[in-house]
This record gives sequence, structure tokens and C-alpha cells, in this order.
Amino acid sequence: MGSTLRIVNGRVHDPANGVDGKTRDICIKDGKIVKSVPPKTKCVDAKGMVVMPGGVDIHCHIAGAKANIARKLQPDDHRRDIHRRMELEKINTRSGTGGTVPSTFTTGYRYATLGYTTAMEAAAPPLLARHTLEELDDTPVIDKGFYILMGNNVLLYKMLQEERHEEIRNAVAWWLNATKSYTTKLVSPGSDEPWKGHRNATITQLNDKIDGFEQLTPRKIITSMVNTVDDLGLPHPVHIHCNNLGHSGNYKTTLETMKAADGRRIHVTHIQFHSYGGKPDGEPTSKAPEIAEYINNNPNITADVGQVMFGKSTSMTADAPLAWMLTRYSNDKRWVNADTECESGCGIIPFAYQERVYTHALQWATGLELFLLSKDPWRMVLSTDHPNGGAFTSYPRLIRTLMDREFRKQQMESVNQRAVAKIKRGHHMEREYTLQEIAIITRAGPARILGLKNKGHLGPGADADITIYDEHEDKELMFSAPRYVIKDGRLIIDNHEFRNNHEGKILHVSPLYDEGIEDVIRPFVEDFYTIRFDNYAVSDHYAPRREVIPTTKQ
Amino acid sequence: MMRVAEKAKSEGNIKIVEDATCTFCGCLCDDMVLTVDVDAKKITKAKNACVLGKALFLNYEEEDRPFALIGGKEATTAEAVEEAAQILANARFPIIYGMSDTTCETQRKAVGLMDMLGGTIDSTTSVCHGPTGMALQGVGESTATLGEIKNRADLVIYWGGNPAESLPRHFARYAVTAKGMYTPNRKKDRTIVNIDVRHTKSVPVADIFIQVKPGADFELLWALRALVKNRHVDPNIEKKTGVSLKTMKDLVERMKNCRYGVLFFGMGLTMTRGRHFNSAAILSLGSDLNEYTHFIATPMRGHGNVTGADTVVAWQTGYPFGVNFSRGYPKFNPGEFTATDMFVRGDADAGLILASDPGSNFTQAAVDHMKKIPMIVLDPKYTHTAKLARVAFTTAHYGINVPGTAYRSDGVPIELRTCLDSKYPSDEEVITAIYRRVEQLLIAKKRSKGANNKRQKAA
Repeated sequence: MGSTLRIVNGRVHDPANGVDGKTRDICIKDGKIVKSVPPKTKCVDAKGMVVMPGGVDIHCHIAGAKANIARKLQPDDHRRDIHRRMELEKINTRSGTGGTVPSTFTTGYRYATLGYTTAMEAAAPPLLARHTLEELDDTPVIDKGFYILMGNNVLLYKMLQEERHEEIRNAVAWWLNATKSYTTKLVSPGSDEPWKGHRNATITQLNDKIDGFEQLTPRKIITSMVNTVDDLGLPHPVHIHCNNLGHSGNYKTTLETMKAADGRRIHVTHIQFHSYGGKPDGEPTSKAPEIAEYINNNPNITADVGQVMFGKSTSMTADAPLAWMLTRYSNDKRWVNADTECESGCGIIPFAYQERVYTHALQWATGLELFLLSKDPWRMVLSTDHPNGGAFTSYPRLIRTLMDREFRKQQMESVNQRAVAKIKRGHHMEREYTLQEIAIITRAGPARILGLKNKGHLGPGADADITIYDEHEDKELMFSAPRYVIKDGRLIIDNHEFRNNHEGKILHVSPLYDEGIEDVIRPFVEDFYTIRFDNYAVSDHYAPRREVIPTTKQ
Repeated sequence: MMRVAEKAKSEGNIKIVEDATCTFCGCLCDDMVLTVDVDAKKITKAKNACVLGKALFLNYEEEDRPFALIGGKEATTAEAVEEAAQILANARFPIIYGMSDTTCETQRKAVGLMDMLGGTIDSTTSVCHGPTGMALQGVGESTATLGEIKNRADLVIYWGGNPAESLPRHFARYAVTAKGMYTPNRKKDRTIVNIDVRHTKSVPVADIFIQVKPGADFELLWALRALVKNRHVDPNIEKKTGVSLKTMKDLVERMKNCRYGVLFFGMGLTMTRGRHFNSAAILSLGSDLNEYTHFIATPMRGHGNVTGADTVVAWQTGYPFGVNFSRGYPKFNPGEFTATDMFVRGDADAGLILASDPGSNFTQAAVDHMKKIPMIVLDPKYTHTAKLARVAFTTAHYGINVPGTAYRSDGVPIELRTCLDSKYPSDEEVITAIYRRVEQLLIAKKRSKGANNKRQKAA
């Protein structure tokens, strides 16, 4: 690239390097942050502005088969939110549509417009990884990666049933390589077999036997995968959507799941949806204090909140039984179910969270409690499980809610009061997140949890992904319109205007494995899938710009 | 850039290519074993191919035709690109149509071209399962990849389709005689039902055949929905549909009590009276049954990559077909922005037909209009549409000469292997070249407009 840039006069928030609002220069050369640049370098004057690393979204649903059905499902959502093509000086951008499931180009531009520079697609069945990669290739500006669904994988179940642990490790490594993905994702482990194979039955306890695999339980799957990923030394641990999402009383399942990790690293995603008390089939209550306390006391656990934001959302999840359950509570009855052979399920239902509804207000308040009770912002980071809890375009409002207790109080007064009454009172309700803490939960923290050493910070060697915000009293306004956004050292947003296009890269892992495992996977694929084994793995063609993030063993 | 690994063994002049994909129909069978005579540039054997696949592969030949024709006269690809770009850059309401027999890589570029031009993009979906795409928007769907059906389905219902002739390996590979994890006894583990207005070649394989009156599919579907929900159905339904209540009730019992049920449907529903209402009815029936058991309803699709066209247009615009960019953003309106309608009403003032032959199957009114406007065609063959085009490109065959991605009818993406080189350019190369030239022409247009404005102001 050869180009250099210097950001001057800005107040820098770089928590990973201990910089908390100090005014200092940031130097950029060849797409990376460097110690110094020649004096005649072009400068960006960030006087009166806040400088942070680019945002990192640790969990969103933006690309692949599931996202695309959700897109096709909701033309009504798109019609109201168009995204025009822009003719810029140097290049033109692509048009698109928005709503809660934007088209791919719009997704990339909107993340960039918010100052986010990395986003991780949270769930793809390995068989359909090619689709996710094609869509990510059409998602401009940002760097991206994705997690592959492995918690309902029939071949792995067979191996686990026979306790072939060495083979499991090699198979998981093979799958990560074959799909160019980032880590293994577990969604409600054990729940697909009864759903698909036993006339839509469900599984609720971690010790329940799994349909067709009587020696297996969700607990065994969780333990096996946690150990496997740990053994492989992946930069990001198993990423788990716990069983019983959304059900009253499910906090017990969540605590059991975290305990099943037995001190090993585990990332519990959108944990708000898993923090409810109350009787099964009864009204939910909040158990955020119990969940927050466990996480505070157990440093092997990381989580993203999965905050609910009032307004339109789309529930789209590999937790197919959950989506079926939600049809009861949604006014929009357009339910989608999509099974993927031998690997996964999927359910989609358009949804809306309303302030006046007890459950929705309870969910909203539970999420806020988790943020406010968290003692370690590095381990309880921001997400809305886009678009399940709300679209990523709601992040600025969420940030304001965390930083501005008056604003939060006003909102609390306008939601269902019965739900608010259920929330624990205490000091934490007065807490206001600082800019530094916001920088942690939206950038530095997710990058660290993901094991991305060159993201989420502004030290030398980091990717030059930088966001510069005008300082504003109204934090929602501040975070929704950065003044400058730099990606790989290139000015994408310059003085609030879209200036340049850019293509980000795929971040993936490539753990070592014994190629002999192919002799085990091949016959299974030929018998029980409907494509040939040698047509399964994704070729380099699908990730023309990519970076391998090494494991701890490499 | 590494493509899917070469899986070919050569012995002298003969090459065997394994795990090649046949792109004739939506089955997208990826287990072809092709014997290729490299010198003769012919495929001499296509093991595992059905009659359609054999036709595709064994009839393949590199024809000795011009690279392009402009106004019927021989031209180079480059000359044709220039002519095509001029046509498109000067059009006010151009359309790209077709796309179902080319790679996703090409489809992506084609959408980009219309985005830039503020034109319209439509695929053969609009004359196939477009109504199903519209139905999905209204009612959702319960679906699955074909392997689930192979492994689990014990009740398979074919409605308004004739896979025996249009998707010949559907039965053996996926749904009737296929051996799966929970269907080790193949057809013995399944009950097959066929519902159609006539006795087709697909009927013999069925255990139960239900003949419905033409144009009464909707009423039959709706009655079945009612019976699933334990509602009363007036006996006059029998006269309306030609199907007895007894037969309907029996079918509903089977559907409710199966372990994993499938409704496959085709043009018999989407292109007859009711159209998207028929599609919505069958999708709803499939979804409703999930109160009782696991049930899916999914379309059977005729072309190799029509699913890819829907998929690509949807991820890039939010809508599956019939998308217009005139206002600078995507708008969806079947009937307004679908190709047949744009031709019949005379709205389109230029057309680019990619991997399709509407000249041979659109209505006379549409074809008459296509003859009046400048048309551009990209096709390996000299089709009816090519004959009436102003600019006709000869392009290479996807899945034989050209690699790329195609999506099976159930949404599984497959990377195509190649087995022979071709001297002709790929669709993607041609579309890319046209795109670049159109971009230049539009910039020049803008500059000269700007210059004219300045002159007018000065004058």
C-alpha cells in the first residue's frame, strides 16, 4: 500500500494498551499501526474527538443460508428501508435494502458507518459454508469470519458414542479447515435429533438422552467439544448457545453448562436469553445477578449479552424448536424451518419487542442488569445477537443506555412496570459505563475473546482499523455517526462522508490434523449426505482475501 | 487461485473426471464420472448420468461458430462487447433476464451491471417458482436439504410435478429408492403419493395416486389444511376437486402419523390457476403439519442454477427476482419488473439474455417486442433468442468448460468441475468486459453532460 497517515490531537481510548483518554498521535503505514511516520505525512485532525479501535462484533447473523431465507421472507422490512447506490469520486457503491436483515452490501456499509470494522457470522452449517463465504465476499469494508455448527453433527455423535476422542479432534480440525471457519459453534446441543427424528420432540435437561444416541447427553457433547477446542488451541473457544433458550427457569441450564466446562475456556453467547428464573411454562423472572456473579467469579467464562432492543427484530437461529415455540408469541406467523442434513436445524420468525409487554420488558431489563452487574467488561461484551435481539444499527442506543443513567431511568419508567419491579435494586442500577469501558465491550474485549491479536487495539502491529467520533453529550448521536472510519489504513468515512470502498478479508483458523481422518469422514458423507466427499471442502476460490489466525499449537 | 482440486486421471488422450456435476436440472448430481477424449474435445461416457445428463454431456461439442455476431455478421468478442455496451449505456429501461444456466459468479456480476445502469434484473424463476418465492414472503416455509429426506422421510408426496421425466434421478438419489440412515430398506420404508391432474410417468412409482381436477389444486390443498386442523369440510368439495373426502381424510391421517413427511411440488401448482396461492397453500399445509409431526414442503426446480439466481439476487438486493434499480435502489414488483411482462407491455428498450432462451418459449407478444428492441444474448448455443438478437455472444459451457458455483434446488452450493477447455470466453468474462465498458461510457456521458451544462450557463 505504501500510504501513511497520522491522526493527531484526538483523545485515544486504547484499553488493551492502557490508554484511557490521553491525547496522542496514532501513526499508520501500509495498513498497520506503527510507532512513527515521516513528518510530511497527511494528518487527520481529531481535535475534540475520541479515537478508538474499530468495533468488533463477536456475534451476528449476516451471511449465509439462514440469513438469506430471512431476507427473502421480509420484503416488507426492506421496502421501508432502502439503501441507495452512491456515485463517489473514485468508485461507486452498490445499492441494497435494509431492515433487520439487510442485503449484503448494505450490511457492510452500515457496519462501517457505525465504525465497526470486524464482524463474526455466528452460525453456519459446514455443508453450506460455501454460501456464507459467497455472501461475506459481497459484504464490503469489514473483516469477517464465521463459526460452524457442530453441536448437532451426526458423525461426531457416532464418534462420541464410541468414545473415539482422538478422531473427534481430527474431525473437528478437518471441518474447520474444510470450511475456512473460525471456531465450533454449539446451538442447543442434542436438540436437533428429537426435533427432526422424533416428530418435533424437544430435549430440556443436560442429562437427557439424545434420540437415536442413547449413550449421549447434551452435557457429554458440551464437555467433548470444550475439551476438543481447547486441545486444538483455537484462538476462540467453543461458542455456545445453551439449551433452553428463552424458557423460564433456564438459568439453571446455563449455570450447569458453564460448570460443565470445568475450568476450561468457554464463550456463552447472548447470555441474556439464558438468564431467566420462574417456573417452566410460567412467567420468566430475571436471574441476571446469579449469572453475572458466576461469570465474575470464573475467569474461564466469557460472554456476550444479547441485549433485547425494543422494536422490530428477526428471530433467526439454528435452534429450530425455539423458533417453533416463538410462533405462539409473535403476531407475525411467517415461520420458517430449514433442516440441514446430518448437521443442523434452523428456525426463523419475524418478531417485535414491545415496551408494554411484560416478557419483553423483563428481557430488556435482564440484559441491562448483566451489563451493570458485570465486574469485568473484558468478559461480558456487547451484542444484540443481531438481528434476534435487535438490529446492529441499535448499538448506539444501547451504548447511550449504558452510559447515561438518566436516559436509562426514563426508559425504565416507560416500559412494563411489573417487569421492572422484578429487577434487583442496588448500586449497580446507578452505574454509568465510561468511554473506556465502552471501548472494552465493543472493541478490545471482543477482540481479546476472539484471540485476534491485531484487532481491538491501537498499538504498533495492529491492523489500522480506527474509528474517530465527535465527542457528544448524546452518546447515541455520538456513536451512530463517527467522523472518520479507517480500515486497513484507508479512510472509508471522511468527515462523515463515505469516501472509499474497500474489501475486507476472511479471518479463519487452520489447525493441524491427521489426514487419515478423511478415511473416516468420507464413507459417512458418501452414505448419509447427498454430495460427494471430494466436493465437500471449500476451495480457496471462496476466500480470495484471507488471514489465518494461528492456534496456540502453531 | 486454487479451485476445487482436479480429480482427473489421464491415460494418453483419454481423461477420466470424477465427481463432476451435471447442471441439467435442479438435482445437480455431483457424482458424474466423465470419460473425456481430449483431442476430439468430446465426452464419450457419462457414468451415473440420467438420460438428460447423458444428453448434456454426450452431445457436447465445441461448435465451430463465430465468437460473436452483430446484426447477423461475424464479429470478435471485443467488437461485440463494444456494441453491447453502447446498447446498454444508451438504453433507458434495460433488462437482464435468464441466469439459470450460468455460474453464481456470473449472476453476481449481472446484478451489479443492472445496479449500475438503473435497469432491471429477472431470472427464469419468474416463469418457474417465482410464485413460490412470493408465497414464502406471505407464509414462510418448512424445508430441508435433500439428505434429510433421503435419511428420514417415510412419506413422500409429489404434487404437480413429473420428476420421472424432468428430474430423473430424484427418486433414486433423494426420495423414493434412496437408502438412508433411517430408511435402510429404501422404498419399503416409505409411502409414495402422487397428486396430479393426469397420469404421468411419475405415477407408477407411487403407492397412491390422487387425480385432481385441473384448476382445483387450491381447493384440494385448502380442504386438506382444514382436515389437518380438524375442521369440517363441506362434501361439495368432492365435486369441485374430483377427489373423495374419504381419500382426503386417509391422506391427512397418513400425513399426521408419519415420522417425517415431504411435499414436493412443481409447475403443476405454480403455473396453473392460483399460482402463488397454490404455492402458499402447499407451503402452509407443510408448516401446519408440524403440529403433529416433522413435515416439510419444498419445490422441485428444473434448471441447474435457477436456485443460484434467486439466492444471489436475494442476497444482493433483498428480493429474489423481478428487481428494478431505476431509482438507485432495488424495488421488487412481480408483474411490473418481470421479463415477460416488461416485454409484453413494451417497457424494456434493451434486453440482455443470459443463459436462457425466452425466444423459444415466451408468448408471441413478448417475442414480437424482443424483435423490435436491441437484444444481446450470451449462450453456448445458437438459440432462437440468439437468432433475433442484435448482438449474440458464443460463450463457454458452465460445468464443462467453466468452473464456478451452482446451487441445488434445496440450496446446497456445489463447486463445478471442468473437463474440457474451450476457446470461447465464459459468461463471466463477457459480462465483466461489458460492465467495464459501460462504466467508461457512463462516466463519459456524465462529463459531457457537465460540460454541456457549463456551456449553457456560460451562453
